Amino acid sequence: MMKLIVSSILIALLSLAACFYLPWWTIAVVAFIVSISIYLKPWVAFIGGFVAVFTLWIALSIFISNNNENILAHKMALVVLHTDSPFGLILLTGIIGGVVAGFGALTGSLLRRTVVVPPPAVIP
Amino acid sequence: MRLLSLLISLLITIVLIIALDTRWILPAPLGRLLSPQHGVWQNAEPTDATFNETLHFPGLTGNAEVFIDERLVPHVFAENDADVFFVQGFLHAKFRLWQMEFQTHAAGGRLTEVLGEKLGTTDILNKADRYFRRLGMTYAAEGSLKLMEQDPGTRLMSDAYTHGINAYIQTLTQSTLPLEYKILGYSPEPWTNLKTALFLKYMSFDLAGYETDFEYTSARNAFTKAVFDKMYPLAPDSADPIVPLGTLFDKPGILPKAPASRDSLYMKFRSASSVLPIEPQKPDKENGSNNWAVSGSKTKSRSPILCNDPHLGLNLPSLWFEMQLHTPNFNVYGASFPCGPGVVIGFNDSCAFGFTNAGRDVRDYYEIVFKDATRQQYLLNGKYENTIFRIERYKIKGKRDFIDTVAYTVFGPVIFDEKFAGKSNDRKSYAVRWKAHDPSNELKAIYELDRCKNYIEYVRAARNFHTPGQNIVFAAKNGDIAIRAQGEFPAKWARQGDFVMPGTDSSYLWQGMIPQAENPRQYNPERGFVSSANQFPADTSYPYYLGNAYPPYRGLIINRRLSQMENITPQDMMKLQTDNYNVFAEFARPLLLKAVSGDDLPADAKKYWEMLKTWNLRYDGAEKGATVFAVLFDSLENVIWRDELAPLKNYLMPAENTLLEGLLRDSAYQFLDDVTTPQKETLHDNIIAAFRQALPVLKKAEDENRLHWAAFKDTRVTHLTRLMQFSRLHLNMGGGRNAINATKTTHGPSWRMVVHLTPETEAYGVYPGGQHGNPGSKYYDNFIDTWAKGEYYPLVVMKKNQDDSQVKWTMKFLKSETSKD
Repeated sequence: MMKLIVSSILIALLSLAACFYLPWWTIAVVAFIVSISIYLKPWVAFIGGFVAVFTLWIALSIFISNNNENILAHKMALVVLHTDSPFGLILLTGIIGGVVAGFGALTGSLLRRTVVVPPPAVIP
Repeated sequence: MRLLSLLISLLITIVLIIALDTRWILPAPLGRLLSPQHGVWQNAEPTDATFNETLHFPGLTGNAEVFIDERLVPHVFAENDADVFFVQGFLHAKFRLWQMEFQTHAAGGRLTEVLGEKLGTTDILNKADRYFRRLGMTYAAEGSLKLMEQDPGTRLMSDAYTHGINAYIQTLTQSTLPLEYKILGYSPEPWTNLKTALFLKYMSFDLAGYETDFEYTSARNAFTKAVFDKMYPLAPDSADPIVPLGTLFDKPGILPKAPASRDSLYMKFRSASSVLPIEPQKPDKENGSNNWAVSGSKTKSRSPILCNDPHLGLNLPSLWFEMQLHTPNFNVYGASFPCGPGVVIGFNDSCAFGFTNAGRDVRDYYEIVFKDATRQQYLLNGKYENTIFRIERYKIKGKRDFIDTVAYTVFGPVIFDEKFAGKSNDRKSYAVRWKAHDPSNELKAIYELDRCKNYIEYVRAARNFHTPGQNIVFAAKNGDIAIRAQGEFPAKWARQGDFVMPGTDSSYLWQGMIPQAENPRQYNPERGFVSSANQFPADTSYPYYLGNAYPPYRGLIINRRLSQMENITPQDMMKLQTDNYNVFAEFARPLLLKAVSGDDLPADAKKYWEMLKTWNLRYDGAEKGATVFAVLFDSLENVIWRDELAPLKNYLMPAENTLLEGLLRDSAYQFLDDVTTPQKETLHDNIIAAFRQALPVLKKAEDENRLHWAAFKDTRVTHLTRLMQFSRLHLNMGGGRNAINATKTTHGPSWRMVVHLTPETEAYGVYPGGQHGNPGSKYYDNFIDTWAKGEYYPLVVMKKNQDDSQVKWTMKFLKSETSKD
């Protein structure tokens, strides 16, 4: 559980930092690398990656949209979702980020499992 | 097994990224668009955003300061002219870059590069891009660019402006890219002076591109001369021209001679009909405006007041951007065009100036006879002349380039031919002669008006304005008022260019231009005011042919009101500018009420008849009678003209003043008879028939609770891409055609300005938009409600040491230390 939390926080923080300079899909690369470094079972890794960027992107878009009094979110929700739902747009943002990072993390975990035999889980 | 699941997971990740980063799989790159650090969220400007900024540029020769007020209007204070235009370019780009590039892409026939071959069902390639290039827009802009770059003033102005825009473009990153670039998926290219020239040509298209030559030709082919002259008469009874009736004119400096074959070849009424092309785009017929100036003799303060409201398409981002430009050489405030340097409609420390469209026909067609399908030679005066080919290459988003070859003749480019025929194709070729093809430097007029000090300088400045022809109004603090029907206009023989002319005979060419000194004008007239509202510039004693497409009514009511008014204040002028009184209805309604008693109408029509009878003749938002009148008169026009015009493929409904004047003059107006029936119909029969047509429309409107004028008219301000989510819909406001407040559904006063030329200028203005082009900014459309209510903002002219209360933000533009020179 501890590893999952550490891994998620790391993915979120590194994604935030990397995206100041690099393209948006760097979130998948970050999740991939973190999952190689901190081994989690594949499906756990997916959840870790998903939760990390889902939370990050939701938090960022809520923060931005609040400061904007949802002016843009109303308009873009109508364009993208065809309904006037700023929250819907925020949720979609989170899901997209989450899924991409989740699959990045899953791939990282599967690679680690394939190349390196995972050490037995020893809890000190 | 492990390897397989790894590969599947990797593949899914990659496919997901591709799907969300490109348009190959999904219609939009949702990941790229919604990433909070890259996509559209970055365009959600905080509502308390600061615009304070200090910037360094090697391109500046001095330092400049920009005071920004709470409406986001920048007041630029620069040490020299070049810097002020650099900063103006930077600010236009900062707030309006996407719009600027989009407008110039449209003007240059390059929309397919960013929109693709089709947008929805709209054929961008053929309806927009090929049409504009074949009309010679880029060719025309290139010609004018040369003049612009030869003149030292406009060269400095456009170079500095271009550098300023490019300085802004260089600051952009994926995150800071304007919203529309992200949605449409492209990036800005560097600005050039050619783009500025292209935009000015776009204004020529919009304002000097309306003509009805093909429509008139098909009417000429169908009707006798007597009938044609009644449908499209040359001089309306109701004319109240810009220079009043009875003005004396000089002897003409040029007398155009009609060709020998005019009567046999050109004025061939009721001849064999042929299918004529239908232009894929027409500028809005209603592109017009009001402007006037009253002298001190009529104002309360004894200082002149100048007013202007240009009527154009209502778009977001707005065509206009408000600003003040200040250097040691000049200090001007007003509405500028994002795309061009300077202030177009505004005022400086000495005077104010404004524009309305002259509406002269400066675009004509010639039927070209090519020797063969190669289009290399065409027949002229019995000999074959060589064409010059201009190759137009269209880069189409997602497709291979398309190449079009346009043949240029002595008349101009062959716009319609076998390869491109608009909507129809009679396999004939037509060249277009357009005044905008002639090189001219309108930017110089703007450059000089912005710093103009008196009447003499105003005249000198205005004379640079060739196309589009404009009625330029002027008022100065010394008390002068003036107006001139300004432009360089071809001197035509009567009816020249109303129809397609033969392109095999050079005697049909334009023979010269009307000397500018002979343009109708007024300077401090005794009546104490000058005005224009797109009506005839002069009466029939003016020695040149003027064509006949001039709406009379706004001019009539403006002149009537101004004649009556005394002790005028700026507040009176605002009331006048937003007046909804419909003078056309004042003449037309009695005619309707006289012909029909009301008892002879269908039972369910009677209540609408009552609404019409009790209507106050105003296009106020709450008036139901206004809706009844508008719908009924439309139906009446349709009923009266349909039988004559229906057989024609390409026609123009005669003007409403032609119909009204015909009915007022003659109760047995010949067109009242429906030529498809044996009996002879009267006005009464026509009105009843019109009511039958109007009734379902009125009933439906009433059922939907939109019978009152504001809801029926349904004014909106639309985003340039027609994306409704970025538009402002259903504005609750009055106004309409023929009212001074000419607000229609998608068209109307695009900038209202009232300038009181007291020693310390007192000015008011408003436009239907906002300073910021970003739909994610609160400044995107924040002026619209004020505009819709008919209210104005005070225009604050700032000083170099402006006190802080009016300055909300300050931008500093500093000459960079790392200067290259």
